[in-house]
Amino acid sequence: MKKRLIVIVFFNLFFIFNIIARDQIYVVGSSTVYPFATVVAENFGNKTGIKVPKIESTGSGGGMKLLCKGLGKSHPDITNSSRRIKKSELQNCKENGVELIEIKIGYDGIVLANSKESKVMNLTRKNLFLALAKNVPEGNKEGGKLIPNPNKKWSDISDQLPNTPIEVLGPPPTSGTRDAFQELAIEGGCKTFPALKAIKKQDKKKYKATCRLIREDGPFIEAGENDNLIVKKLIENPKAFGVFGFSFLLENEDTLQGSIIDKASPTFENISSKKYSVSRPLYIYVKLEHINVIPGIKEFLIEFTSLDAWGPEGYLEERGLIPMSADERSQFKKNAEQLISLNKL
Amino acid sequence: MNKEFLNKRYKKEKRFILIGRVAVSLTIIFLVILLGSILLRGISGFYTTNIFLTTNLSQEIIDPENKKNVEEIYKSSWRKIARNSIYDVLSAFNKSKNIDKISRKDKRDFLKLFSRSSEFYIRDFTLENLDSIGKEVKISIPSSSLVDQFLKGKINIAVNEDDRPINDKQISWINFMVENKMIERKFNINFFYKGDSRNAEEAGILGAIVGSFFVILVAIIVAFPVGVMSAIYLEEFAPKNKITNIIEVNINNLAAVPSIVFGLLGLAIFLNFFGLPRSSPLAGGLVLALMTLPTIIISSRVAIKSVPPSIREAAMGIGASKMQSVFHHVIPLAVPGILTGTIIGMARALGETAPLLMMGMVAFIVDVPQSITDPSTVLPAQIFLWSDQPERGFEEKTAAATIILLVFLLTMNALAVFLRYKYERKW
Repeated sequence: MKKRLIVIVFFNLFFIFNIIARDQIYVVGSSTVYPFATVVAENFGNKTGIKVPKIESTGSGGGMKLLCKGLGKSHPDITNSSRRIKKSELQNCKENGVELIEIKIGYDGIVLANSKESKVMNLTRKNLFLALAKNVPEGNKEGGKLIPNPNKKWSDISDQLPNTPIEVLGPPPTSGTRDAFQELAIEGGCKTFPALKAIKKQDKKKYKATCRLIREDGPFIEAGENDNLIVKKLIENPKAFGVFGFSFLLENEDTLQGSIIDKASPTFENISSKKYSVSRPLYIYVKLEHINVIPGIKEFLIEFTSLDAWGPEGYLEERGLIPMSADERSQFKKNAEQLISLNKL
Repeated sequence: MNKEFLNKRYKKEKRFILIGRVAVSLTIIFLVILLGSILLRGISGFYTTNIFLTTNLSQEIIDPENKKNVEEIYKSSWRKIARNSIYDVLSAFNKSKNIDKISRKDKRDFLKLFSRSSEFYIRDFTLENLDSIGKEVKISIPSSSLVDQFLKGKINIAVNEDDRPINDKQISWINFMVENKMIERKFNINFFYKGDSRNAEEAGILGAIVGSFFVILVAIIVAFPVGVMSAIYLEEFAPKNKITNIIEVNINNLAAVPSIVFGLLGLAIFLNFFGLPRSSPLAGGLVLALMTLPTIIISSRVAIKSVPPSIREAAMGIGASKMQSVFHHVIPLAVPGILTGTIIGMARALGETAPLLMMGMVAFIVDVPQSITDPSTVLPAQIFLWSDQPERGFEEKTAAATIILLVFLLTMNALAVFLRYKYERKW
């Protein structure tokens, strides 16, 4: 009798944990948005006295997967994303009965920076493609046969570039920053070769392999997810370049400088006006069904979309988020206020 | 001929001793470099900069009808009060330098010298001292991390003004405040009293320490009895046959399994199947318990085995049962060894991040956990998170947190050594 009681109590315990109400917002997603979302979360907690949301950095793709898994307390309420949701992901969400609200929160620039002891580099996306892609056209010219990247020095690519070895430290493939760098910089440079661009229509897989893959023979060095480590290595080695988010450049302005890409240097103005080509929008996706279930989500969205936070001179700008134009802001604020869900891409 | 041979042997011995000394001194040098660099970077993290701010807790703004209603006071416009008192300092500076105009940019730059949470410090002070409403009070609030880093000499000001995070005007403001004794350097209490924060000046380690404590507590409660009981059974009672042999081999294998594998297991079983709350010390502790279980079993078995058989035989000889001989005589003698093994296992668990990553314990969590089901993080996870922050102020925080973690680990190891020396018996 006693034994049976113990067993019953034991199993009930596990069920109780399932039922325990969650009174704290649960956010997952991109490590790029993490520094911004956490600041908003803290301010929201300080102002309203509601529990500060728990924020886990799982990467954009991982966050989307967790969010779309279903409804209920054990699933997250919001995911951060450093890219727009994919069609397949939205499909997956719908199949699991999850409705999403899409809020763009601003822009992020990806910079190629080096130590202040060296000169500022003036590059184009084409240069970056030729320096870092796995395969490039022979002779670096239009129409050349694709060969494994032979360029060892910057001067191999263009006479205007210095005679120093190509040495770029960047994040590993698991990072959203790496994804964006491949897509915006490398692929952007690839597209300037009409012959390579034409592959896209014939064979998408082959196009991705030629236009996005980064070389693995030495000049591009995977330096781990920790951007601070890259910053330190750049200070030690003035010849090297590093790839990371704009906010890290902003914090290390006294030792590092961003390279000019396509005639625009990475500054707030250039990124928000889209003159600087290697930049991407950042989003948060909110689970509509959870809004009146988990306390505080509405207030959290109000804080996120307040002028204080995402506006020009708001506290997110101080952290390196590039604000949107007033029109865009009001459009996405409407999404947040009227809880308009995302139906189609 | 014989002497030559002898000399050769002596030389051989001397060479070996030399190599041994070199090896030991290399180890010591590496240890000193490692600890030294962490200490050097981390020590400054225990100090912080505060600014005395003379604040006018205006009755009109805070509590116009003098109701002393805490909830209403909480919601009043603290931002305005904080801004006013901060700008007062700027006006005082301008007065001393005979400057009339204050530009908007100056105001913004000046605000950056104070913690972004200044208003909340004033609010919390007022809520504790309701009598001071309507009076002018001097409140010590943290400076921004910028001022702190500047006064610690961590910002390179030799470069061009545009290229550094702090401009010349801000430096002159800081100097003005230093001259007027508004700035104090003090022990960083926030670091030990608060949870995580995105403002370096406010970030604290208490949440992580409490989280680590809960995790270790759960792990000990689960792993210690289970581990010790299995060790006693396997060593004293279990028949020696194929099955026990297989179990033995597998326990040894389990001890060598990488910790991330336990994380995956925990994710599948504790979170997905049993539905324990994600990020909770309960789930994290259970995973670490599984991870340390083999260590505890192995070391307990060694301790039990090292008790000489004569003790058991003597006990049985005077009529004790097997059970009595084990629990009354063998176990008390084996306890020091068992405890040492457990403590070492727990020390390893304390420094573990990989399995907890899968359990969602590597996350931004501000509130200090109150129970084992609250979301929380642990010390090594906090270090990992801070090391990846873009803000400069977190660099010393990372090192300071590492020091705390090392102190805990060294204490646990010292305890293990102490127990061994104090209670060890030699036969």
